[in-house]
Amino acid sequence: MLELRDLNVHYDMIHAIKGISLTVEKGEIVTLIGANGAGKTTTLRTIAGLKKPTSGSVWLNGQDITETTPRQRVQMGAAMVPEGRHVFSEMTVQENLELGAYLRRDKEGIAQDMEMVCGYFPILKSRRKQTAGTLSGGEQQMLAMARALMSRPEILFLDEPSMGLSPLLVSEIFAIIKTINNAGTTILLVEQNAGMALSVAHRAYVMETGSIVLSGTGAELMESDEIRKAYLGGS
Amino acid sequence: MKKRKNLPLIATLAFTYVAVWALQATGIVNDYSFAVIVTIGINIILATSLNLVTGFTGQFSLGHAGFMSIGAYTCALITQKNPTVPGFLLGVAAGATAAAVVGVLVGLPTLRLRGDYLAIATLGMAEIIRVVFLNLEITNGAAGLSFLPQFVNWNWLFLFTAGTIVLLRNFLNSSPGRACISVREDEIAAESMGVNTTKYKVTAFSMGAFFAGVAGALYTSYFFFIKPDLFNFNKSIDILVIVVLGGMGSLSGSVIAAVLLQLISTWLSAFPEIRMVLYSAMLVAIMLFRPQGLLGSTEVSAVISRRLSKIGRRAKEEEV
Repeated sequence: MLELRDLNVHYDMIHAIKGISLTVEKGEIVTLIGANGAGKTTTLRTIAGLKKPTSGSVWLNGQDITETTPRQRVQMGAAMVPEGRHVFSEMTVQENLELGAYLRRDKEGIAQDMEMVCGYFPILKSRRKQTAGTLSGGEQQMLAMARALMSRPEILFLDEPSMGLSPLLVSEIFAIIKTINNAGTTILLVEQNAGMALSVAHRAYVMETGSIVLSGTGAELMESDEIRKAYLGGS
Repeated sequence: MKKRKNLPLIATLAFTYVAVWALQATGIVNDYSFAVIVTIGINIILATSLNLVTGFTGQFSLGHAGFMSIGAYTCALITQKNPTVPGFLLGVAAGATAAAVVGVLVGLPTLRLRGDYLAIATLGMAEIIRVVFLNLEITNGAAGLSFLPQFVNWNWLFLFTAGTIVLLRNFLNSSPGRACISVREDEIAAESMGVNTTKYKVTAFSMGAFFAGVAGALYTSYFFFIKPDLFNFNKSIDILVIVVLGGMGSLSGSVIAAVLLQLISTWLSAFPEIRMVLYSAMLVAIMLFRPQGLLGSTEVSAVISRRLSKIGRRAKEEEV
């Protein structure tokens, strides 16, 4: 469904992504883990079209989308939840969700999806009229995810959904990620919380300073000594 | 539901129209006070349109006076040749369109900048426009154009001012308007929702320029004398002061601040020596006590309905 081919990304002189290739199949949860500064977020931003690669290509459903705008990618069924939530803080929860459906014109479908995301995140329903800035961190993360779902994506990119959340909320968020995936949405998940990410992911890629150094199924990587030492705090 | 929502606005506009008309007919509003009213109307147009750019879309612009001068000069040159009402209307339309076109041309390259950089770029743009008018033959250089035909009466002033408010309000409640606000709130999020951020920044910027052009044309057609100095950096700051004072992101705030500031400054003209000191002290005081501006980013209607529902709730609680 999604494929990166030999992708290189630079920030001026800095070679942030050094020729990575990865694939995400339909219906999968794939996670990209790694330490700070490994290039995970840059990879995701490039996939969403917010950053232009210097070389290499991004493919979605067999089409080369490297040169398309973020807008076109949303239209093609790819939605992104940016790192640090980025909700529209002075707008209400309702308005945030409506903006998620910004490119859609089917009023009935939008209303249906509004019900659907409120089913995933019941708290948002009771906070509909509140401005997003007054929500807690966890609720904002939920809102950001709900907003992305409002574009009815086939594939959802999540950038560090666990950032700054309590362990309890983190497991809640990951449970919802699984539910969303079971309902048919493919997910590419970028995480620093490797343990949590590997436990929900079908497959995983490990990044280190701009390159992919390891890949495998979630369970395989959980068992790998290297991973346990470097990311899971085990010995 | 929608009709009821518009009712307070329509009522306020109708009341204002009738009130000023009656005061003028009875002679309570004389030529001097009418000049104050015209200034208020023009300032309302300038402030609400700058608010669209700075308050709602979040693009800090210091060049609003530049767009105003384009409208003013375009209209002046047209009405000089054709001093009739159709000529005046053509002048307003042409002035506004010219300003909007320049807005697009300037906006496309500069709106990639953010914050202070954009402010400086727009400031430079306004200065360039001023210097062009200062050196052109047709605009009569520093002496400016005088004895221009006068057209603006209360009817025209009301039409253009109320029209600007209504158009801007409807725009902001529309889907493109929401997109503009989302750009202010969070550009990254807006872009990942599929909002074409550059497009909406340029749209808001050129719409703001369009209405500034209208304001300039009205200025020309009432005060019948324009020169480049009227549209310098200070003028842009004056407009920005109204916007910040009323509240970034509040149209009604801009309207109230435009009225209030003009009344204060008219009243202060009785004390010419200390006028600017008092005026500035007042601005400092307001900013100290209400740094978010008089209305923050809400509208008067929202404030009133919140108050009403609070009173209603309290009444209900008392009943129980």
